[in-house]
Amino acid sequence: MTMQIAEPVSLSSPDARARAHAAAARDNLRTEPRAVRVVIIALAIAFLSVFVVLPLVLVFAQAFSRGVLAYLSALAEPEALAAIKLTLIVAAISVGLNLVFGLVAAWAIAKFEFPGKTFLITLIDLPFSVSPVISGLVFVLLFGAQGYFGGWLRDHDIQILFAVPGIALATTFVTFPFVARALIPLMQEQGTQEEEAAISLGASGLQTFFRVTLPNIKWGVLYGVLLCNARAMGEFGAVSVVSGHIRGETNTMPLLVEILYNEYQFVAAFAIASLLAMLALITLIAKTVLERHLDEGQDVHDH
Amino acid sequence: MTIEVKNLVKKFGSFSALDGVDLKVNDGELLALLGPSGSGKTTLLRIIAGLDWPDSGEVSFNGEDALAQGARERHVGFVFQHYALFRHMTVFENVAFGLRVQPRAIRKDEATIRARVKELLDLVQLDWLADRYPSQLSGGQRQRIALARALAIEPRILLLDEPFGALDAKVRKELRKWLRSLHHEINVTSIFVTHDQEEALEVANRVVVMDKGRIEQIGSPDDVYETPATAFVHGFIGESIELPVQVEGGLIRLGDRLLNLAADGLAPGASKLFVRRHDMQVGPPGSGAFEGAVRHVRNFGPVQRAEVALSGGETIEIDAPRDRELRAGDTVGLNPRRYRIFASA
Repeated sequence: MTMQIAEPVSLSSPDARARAHAAAARDNLRTEPRAVRVVIIALAIAFLSVFVVLPLVLVFAQAFSRGVLAYLSALAEPEALAAIKLTLIVAAISVGLNLVFGLVAAWAIAKFEFPGKTFLITLIDLPFSVSPVISGLVFVLLFGAQGYFGGWLRDHDIQILFAVPGIALATTFVTFPFVARALIPLMQEQGTQEEEAAISLGASGLQTFFRVTLPNIKWGVLYGVLLCNARAMGEFGAVSVVSGHIRGETNTMPLLVEILYNEYQFVAAFAIASLLAMLALITLIAKTVLERHLDEGQDVHDH
Repeated sequence: MTIEVKNLVKKFGSFSALDGVDLKVNDGELLALLGPSGSGKTTLLRIIAGLDWPDSGEVSFNGEDALAQGARERHVGFVFQHYALFRHMTVFENVAFGLRVQPRAIRKDEATIRARVKELLDLVQLDWLADRYPSQLSGGQRQRIALARALAIEPRILLLDEPFGALDAKVRKELRKWLRSLHHEINVTSIFVTHDQEEALEVANRVVVMDKGRIEQIGSPDDVYETPATAFVHGFIGESIELPVQVEGGLIRLGDRLLNLAADGLAPGASKLFVRRHDMQVGPPGSGAFEGAVRHVRNFGPVQRAEVALSGGETIEIDAPRDRELRAGDTVGLNPRRYRIFASA
């Protein structure tokens, strides 16, 4: 800062020029030469443009290639509306379930000591390490006609596979780690002292949870829910296995995009895809905001 | 409120945190639990608060079984070493917490709660911080708020776990004095845990010295300093010279030198001799029980601290008044004004 202010005057004297040189040399020691920096930054930008920005632009370009009206009417198709509705329902169910179970799992892991804890932590990550297609197949094996519960389910006339329950289950399984993963490190770092303080002050278990624990982890919860939701709406593999692709009934948005694309209905396919892309953008922005809150959350607090 | 603890045992795996502890705390007393880390003092405090449970033993408040109650029902104020203030609440709401979570039947109305919080913040002299968040306070301020929060529920007992442990030396000294006068004012039976002997001796009415899950001595600050009951207490409190000696025929032998000191009726055998650094009197060679050569001398305000190599081979540090200047290389006679001898365990 001082350099900039002094520059116009000081450069006139040789003495000052020597000093400026010395400063530049020091800068070179501290950071990479200018040329290297430019090349690296340019490479990164070029890569991002080709692999991220360009596809995103293309999605919207294709979606609007026949004009806004074609775009809107593609979205207003009963099939498209059904897919959007189903996706929202499935996301709501799986986010709801994962919110509850993620909170419980994170609470158990962060606040209690018990045998098998390391195993449980590993288990939570399982859905991340297994291919979604296999996750879907597991449910086919469990609830399919030849599956473990298949006979019983048929006898009682309960439809799980190729229906909303199966899609919701598969999605819940695949997205389970998000909430728990977001909360475990946060809760471990916060420890149990505030809870102990609350209890010694006469608070009940529920009061402690709602007045002390939950406010302390609210940004973490939102962060987990956000990522969980994004993945739940975008899930393809596991859902594809259990859905049965019944048009207008068990197609979620990602499944419908594939079907429409295979039928050469490009505008309709990209119109639905553009909705998913927008979801991604909104998620990204919300994630950035939440991360700022999480960083601050440790010390400074929102007022 | 009196507290009575009987034969308390608590193990964490194979580690014995409390190994048969008996303790009686009188009404209105300010008691210090003093000991090195791992001595079980914090575990004892947490069991009294209901935050931990013993494997066996009894805890009673005013004769009534406290172990039958959870932490929530015991009405004990607990102050944590790291404050444990609710980070998302203002100072005011932190202090009000205990009043707000009371069952609806006995909960005070908002105006009463506000008045009570105001009163407590005045008591800890921090009423001007009511709208701040814990992260905006200094360590000393946070600890005073934590204390106000604990007092809000009008606790029957106040427990403080290393209350000044995380603070710097100057703030710690101020808070010590403040805590003592505060206790004088509110007069609640209080126990505080510390590993800092100065803190324990300065603040408490009585001091409980603990080591390895056992109580070594209970007494007034003067008692534990002047007449330590065990070798551990003597070594832990005050700065002591500790020498491995032999008792022979009622006298004490250090190496091959028979000291002209009585063994206080201790049975013959290996023993430990303790002398306070400032109790070692310096005289000309041949004048005392010990002989030694001064290695080097440093001055600390009113005293000079000298390292002396005893003729027996041990090197000790003594604190001598500065009226008689010591120099490196001097040969001196040393005579303990007072000493204590304990059989080696």
